[in-house]
Amino acid sequence: MAHSDTPDSGRRKFLDLFLSGTGLAAGISILYPIFRYLTPPKQEEAVVSSVNLGSAKDFPVNSGKIFRFGSKPGILVRSADGKFRAFHATCTHLDCIVQYDAKAGGIWCACHGGHYDINGKNLSGPPPRPLTPFAVNILPESGEILVSLEPEGGEA
Amino acid sequence: MNEKIWNWINERYKIDKILYFSKEKSVPLHKGTVWYYFGGIALFLFGVQVLTGLILLFYYRVGADQSFESVKFIITQVKFGWLLRSMHSWSANLMILAAMIHMTSVFFHRSYRKPREMTWVTGAAMLFLSFAFGFSGYLLPWNELAFFATKVGTDSARQVPIIGDFILKLMRGGSDVTGATLSRFFGLHISVLPPIFTMLLGLHLFFVQVQGMSEPMGHETEPGKKKKGMPFLPDFMLRDLLVWMVVLDILILLSVFFPWELGVKADPFSPAPAGIKPEWYFLFVFHTGKLLPPHIGPFEGEVLGVMAMGIGAAILVLLPFLDRASNQGRKSKWLDILGIVTLAYFAIFTVLGYIVD
Repeated sequence: MAHSDTPDSGRRKFLDLFLSGTGLAAGISILYPIFRYLTPPKQEEAVVSSVNLGSAKDFPVNSGKIFRFGSKPGILVRSADGKFRAFHATCTHLDCIVQYDAKAGGIWCACHGGHYDINGKNLSGPPPRPLTPFAVNILPESGEILVSLEPEGGEA
Repeated sequence: MNEKIWNWINERYKIDKILYFSKEKSVPLHKGTVWYYFGGIALFLFGVQVLTGLILLFYYRVGADQSFESVKFIITQVKFGWLLRSMHSWSANLMILAAMIHMTSVFFHRSYRKPREMTWVTGAAMLFLSFAFGFSGYLLPWNELAFFATKVGTDSARQVPIIGDFILKLMRGGSDVTGATLSRFFGLHISVLPPIFTMLLGLHLFFVQVQGMSEPMGHETEPGKKKKGMPFLPDFMLRDLLVWMVVLDILILLSVFFPWELGVKADPFSPAPAGIKPEWYFLFVFHTGKLLPPHIGPFEGEVLGVMAMGIGAAILVLLPFLDRASNQGRKSKWLDILGIVTLAYFAIFTVLGYIVD
């Protein structure tokens, strides 16, 4: 060890590295749990594969209705010709909930004026993609509407 | 003040030295002096926000099944509850308006030039925090408009490349806007944003005290012209107070004759109502979003829109460092034009956002 005014640079470097390393480790060990805490945990959701929406006869022609599909909203529409269709009701633009437009016979979103046709295809306005369809079946015995998930890649 | 008390305090805390400093403080007089009032107005309205906000907390409850009900209780059952709630909403809007006018005047005067860069940076940061205050506070009554505004606003954040999905979940407390979102926004609104804002405000005011008030360019060096100033205490302070009284009157008139509506309770399973609109200071973003085509080249229009807004915000914050001309004592004509174009864009799109369905 040198008995002079110049400090032992090796030792100093080591201490600097040691202290800043400790500081960094302490910082990370404080911030990491906070970061993880703020990230919401995945919650078990009841798995829904289909919902029964009641009698098809009672559903007015040229109208639409929002229904619950698990925790997500869906929209069931019945066109002027009496045909049923169902989609995820979440607008593909910015997450608003769409509604049936009886005048145009299509689906529209009030938030930014996006229009879809009766098959969920985006026609005008900002929506970048068509609405995701559900499969709609009318139960032969009871005449009730059963809306279920489309098989992967299925068409409306 | 009683001399004994004064001496007791002054002996310990040397108040006279602080008073001496404030006696030195003077407000420059020139044709732009009137603009100096707007920072003070924003400050006053922030005070109103703190007080009315604290008092609303005595009755407000957070939760998807009680927020709407508690605000309804405040405005229908609690004495003067309607007034305080309306004042809180109106004052928030007026505060943002005052801050924007303040910022506009600072921009055209180039008052942010050296050595006041950080005064601008803290001010711009406070403007963005005010937007965060407005956005988070808007959800708290848990009504239909707020619910969809929050869905749209948080979903826009998802367009941010790479970390968008994380930000979305962080803000919503899950993948949807639910009671969890409400809890987060409430916490943000009343306990995260206020201390940060207060610290920035403290810095902002500290900078102004240390550096004195900015004078128009060329004012300092103009030969043959005697600099005119007005003592802050008591002359300007009294004028400030008078303006604050007028602002308070306007605020109360607005709150009484145009009480803030509560609307319909949020229902996550009903369609967005027709004619839905955000607060006025977000209308220009809203209308831009409406006009953006779904796809621009290989990108989604919304993604480009969000990125453009982010770049715009960064330019605004860093303006004092980007405007080299002002630091050399020149006013850039181009920057003036850019400022006017930006203001015109803001004004036109705000009006269009308001009138176009």
